[in-house]
Amino acid sequence: MRAVLSVSGVSMDFGGLRALDSVDMEVREGEIVALIGPNGAGKTTFFNCITGIYAPTEGEVFVSPPGRDRINIRHRKPNQVTGLGLARTFQNIRLFPSMTALENVMIGRHCRTRAGLLGAIVRGPVTRREEKGIVERAYSLLVKVGLGRWANEVARNMPYGAQRRLEIARALATDPFLLLLDEPAAGMNPQETQDLKALVTRLRKEFELSILLIEHDMKMVMSVSDRVVVVEYGKKIAEGTPAEVSADPQVIKAYLGEESDA
Amino acid sequence: MEFYLEMLIAGLIRGAIYSLIALGYTMVYGIIELINFAHGEIYMIGAFTGLVVAGLLGASGLPTLGILVIALVAGMVFCAGYGVTMEKVAYKPLRKASRLSPLISAIGMSIFLQNYVLLAQTSDFVPFPRLIPEFKFLEPISHLLGSSDLVILVVSSLVMVGLTLFIRLTRLGKAMRATAQNQKMAMLLGIDVNQVISLTFMIGSALAAIGGVLIASHSGQINFYIGFLAGLKAFTAAVLGGIGSIPGAMLGGLVLGVAENLPIILSAFFADIGLNIDIPNDYKDAVAFCLLILILIFRPSGLLGRPAIKKV
Amino acid sequence: MRELSRGLLASLWMVVLTAPLLVVRVNTTDKVVTWRWGNMLWMAIGSLLLFLAWRWAMARRGGDVQAADQDSWFDKLLARIGQGPLRLPVILGLVLVALVLPLFVSMYEMDIYARALIYVGLGLGLNIVVGMAGLLNLGYAAFFAVGSYTYALLNHHYALDFWLALPLGGLFAALFGVILALPVLRLRGDYLAIVTLGFGEIVRLVLQNWDSFSFGPSGIANIARPTLFGREFGVQDSAIFIYYIALALVAVVIFVTKRFQDSRVGRALLALREDEIACEAMGIDKTGVKVMAFALGASFAGVFGVVFAAKQAFINPDSFTFIESAMILSIVVLGGMGSIVGVAIAAIILQLMPEYFRFMADYRMLIFGAALVLMMLFRPEGLVRAKREHYTVKDLSPQTEDK
Ligand SMILES: Nc1ncnc2c1ncn2[C@@H]1O[C@H](COP(=O)(O)OP(=O)(O)O)[C@@H](O)[C@H]1O
Ligand SMILES: [Mg+2]
Repeated sequence: MRAVLSVSGVSMDFGGLRALDSVDMEVREGEIVALIGPNGAGKTTFFNCITGIYAPTEGEVFVSPPGRDRINIRHRKPNQVTGLGLARTFQNIRLFPSMTALENVMIGRHCRTRAGLLGAIVRGPVTRREEKGIVERAYSLLVKVGLGRWANEVARNMPYGAQRRLEIARALATDPFLLLLDEPAAGMNPQETQDLKALVTRLRKEFELSILLIEHDMKMVMSVSDRVVVVEYGKKIAEGTPAEVSADPQVIKAYLGEESDA
Repeated sequence: MEFYLEMLIAGLIRGAIYSLIALGYTMVYGIIELINFAHGEIYMIGAFTGLVVAGLLGASGLPTLGILVIALVAGMVFCAGYGVTMEKVAYKPLRKASRLSPLISAIGMSIFLQNYVLLAQTSDFVPFPRLIPEFKFLEPISHLLGSSDLVILVVSSLVMVGLTLFIRLTRLGKAMRATAQNQKMAMLLGIDVNQVISLTFMIGSALAAIGGVLIASHSGQINFYIGFLAGLKAFTAAVLGGIGSIPGAMLGGLVLGVAENLPIILSAFFADIGLNIDIPNDYKDAVAFCLLILILIFRPSGLLGRPAIKKV
Repeated sequence: MRELSRGLLASLWMVVLTAPLLVVRVNTTDKVVTWRWGNMLWMAIGSLLLFLAWRWAMARRGGDVQAADQDSWFDKLLARIGQGPLRLPVILGLVLVALVLPLFVSMYEMDIYARALIYVGLGLGLNIVVGMAGLLNLGYAAFFAVGSYTYALLNHHYALDFWLALPLGGLFAALFGVILALPVLRLRGDYLAIVTLGFGEIVRLVLQNWDSFSFGPSGIANIARPTLFGREFGVQDSAIFIYYIALALVAVVIFVTKRFQDSRVGRALLALREDEIACEAMGIDKTGVKVMAFALGASFAGVFGVVFAAKQAFINPDSFTFIESAMILSIVVLGGMGSIVGVAIAAIILQLMPEYFRFMADYRMLIFGAALVLMMLFRPEGLVRAKREHYTVKDLSPQTEDK
């Protein structure tokens, strides 16, 4: 299996604090990899480093979009990274609160559509077709994540669980090959988490995605992921199948030990 | 050679005034992250207050230096009053509003204060009496350093040292620093943030008043519009030094003051080496703005400021 | 009662504070001091009343929170007209009035109305930058200047025709917009404001001092009036003609703004105002989008700059000061950032008011400054709150939920 994301020796310093310490990691085509670790371990920082929001202090980040060669994205801007096919959600939901669910997803189509100033003003057949395509695609994605009937609702007014799924739909709208989910089940009730789990596995199949997932809910991690990577204090401390990792004494001590009942 | 030295000193004098005004910008910015657009107007009001004092006391027979001191004090007191009033009316209710709102409010305040002085006083340039006597001991070098130059340098140095000590050593100064660093935390520690903000406006305004009275007496005339350009220049100085940084504001003012003489200096330099390139001196204002744009693009944290990290 | 005593205290404070400047006026050369005690009384009464009004308004506003979601009667009225069946008749009526206006007013008034229309155009241009993109541009008059000088200079040197200058002015202004925007758009909002202000001043200073290029402070005179298919007009007809040109351009600009609002780029702009980081993560090149908005806004100023030069037949740098930029900004802010109708109303009011309220002329700028402050405090969304049509899915049923 070829690796769609390979990260080597990534470190990130904030002043004196080393939030990531020489982390290596790979995500292969079609895989669901879970990134776990206690709060403050550096998981979100890792996401920010590979999506271009932060420039890592050291290390390289390579992605391999389908049908293309490996590209180093260490110095790319976040929008360029998304353009290459990485899409993400945020731990603290970052929707466009006063836009409708539909519009939120439409924004996700921005980087796959072309119309510029002239197109906007003239609004010729090409532009009109493109606009129509955006709306249709956005709506079908909403339906796919089970939010069809929320399409016309302003994001701010949607229930929490729906907002999380809306973020996923918005990310999918950018046509990613690698989807990064930052604690998608946080704040969801058990039923919603169950639905989310099903959604994630279904999306992988339907969109031929690879998924990197940060999650605290162990049941979800254990059941959806092919591989688990554990970080603590910015260092990778273990890696393997869910079964291997949950048997690792170091992991149990660092993480499962304190959260096994969560 | 003498000419260049002259220009350097003239630049430093102007720079010292910029520094005094820039301190107000930087202190306010440090605490509430607002570019107080109307700060230049406070400086102008300081100059006018000085004018009123000078006019009232002109016939009283007091020595001019005494009048200067009274004018400075009156300017400081009244400007401090204008400063806090302005904060209460135009900025305080907007603390939680979006960023644009207080900025627009500040622009409105600036236009308001200009026209208030225009209506209350006059729209023309008015002569300002010389409140600084000629010092005998400066006569031999008076073409280089006049007595008003000396007074400006001395007063502004004293003020800046005083301010630095105040902020370093006193309880209120420490409260100001704490609030600048983290307002929420300061509040939790029992610091009265509102009081600190008022104090900041008072001090900043008082410093601007000193600048206003001194420069008025130095240049000999004022009008209601002088605050606009001076304010912009001082803001440039604050940004140049690193906005939020007090030593930065001082340094930025001096650098800007000297840099503004570049058109003259360069013209003279070209003439010296036999080139005939004359840069109109009116471009000195453009120098300041170009400098401002360049710093903001290439080093937005200024000479002495710290770069900010965005949080996701 | 407590309010009243606090009011008296506030009024005392204001009286003392303003006493030096309001009461005393000195003339140091003739050593004359004028005392104007009457001003003190006015200040006392005025500030007491203002204080009470202030307290009342603040209480209504509810402390720090902005009651942005409540519609006032004015919003409701506008909504009734804007969305109901009245919409078309009202628009047609306004257009008709604008079209027949020249039949009823003097040439002098014609000139004022043409100027008002130019300001509507400027307001709409700045509205794209400030209202839609949220970029505070304090040097907008510079783009206006670029348009004006484009026509004035090309006409002076090469006798360029008005109709050719019109697109050129817009293009040059847009070009200036891009040149300025590319480096500075990364800056945080308030820095951007100052940089644009600096840029505006630089443009003015250059026009003022570069005599061999721009003829310095004396400006350029005898700029040709517009022709219609080669036909020239007399002074009187020319004023009417320019009025119609400005009217047509305002219509064009409104059309363009609307189209832009409902486009891919316009949507991105809207999203950028809500969350820039999320936008970047969605693949939006935020600088690119903002540059487009900036350039589009600048091009409006360029176009109306050409019209301005043609109308005045004489321009010099004094028409493009910071005050001019502040004036256009006020139009946008007072009218309602993002609202086409609001901006148009504000431009017309602000331009016509001084003509019809001559007695207030001295207080005009004072009121102006105060209005900006008050507007931010009590109605930051402006006269007309910007309303936007949401994109919606008409029929939610056909595709079934697969959950
Ligand atoms: N922008 C930043 N500036 C300073 N420190 C940061 C920043 N972002 C994250 N950190 C620090 O890095 C560490 C890792 O944070 P984070 O990646 O959010 O952890 P996790 O997502 O694993 O809970 C924390 O100590 C956090 O305080
Ligand atoms: Mg996290």
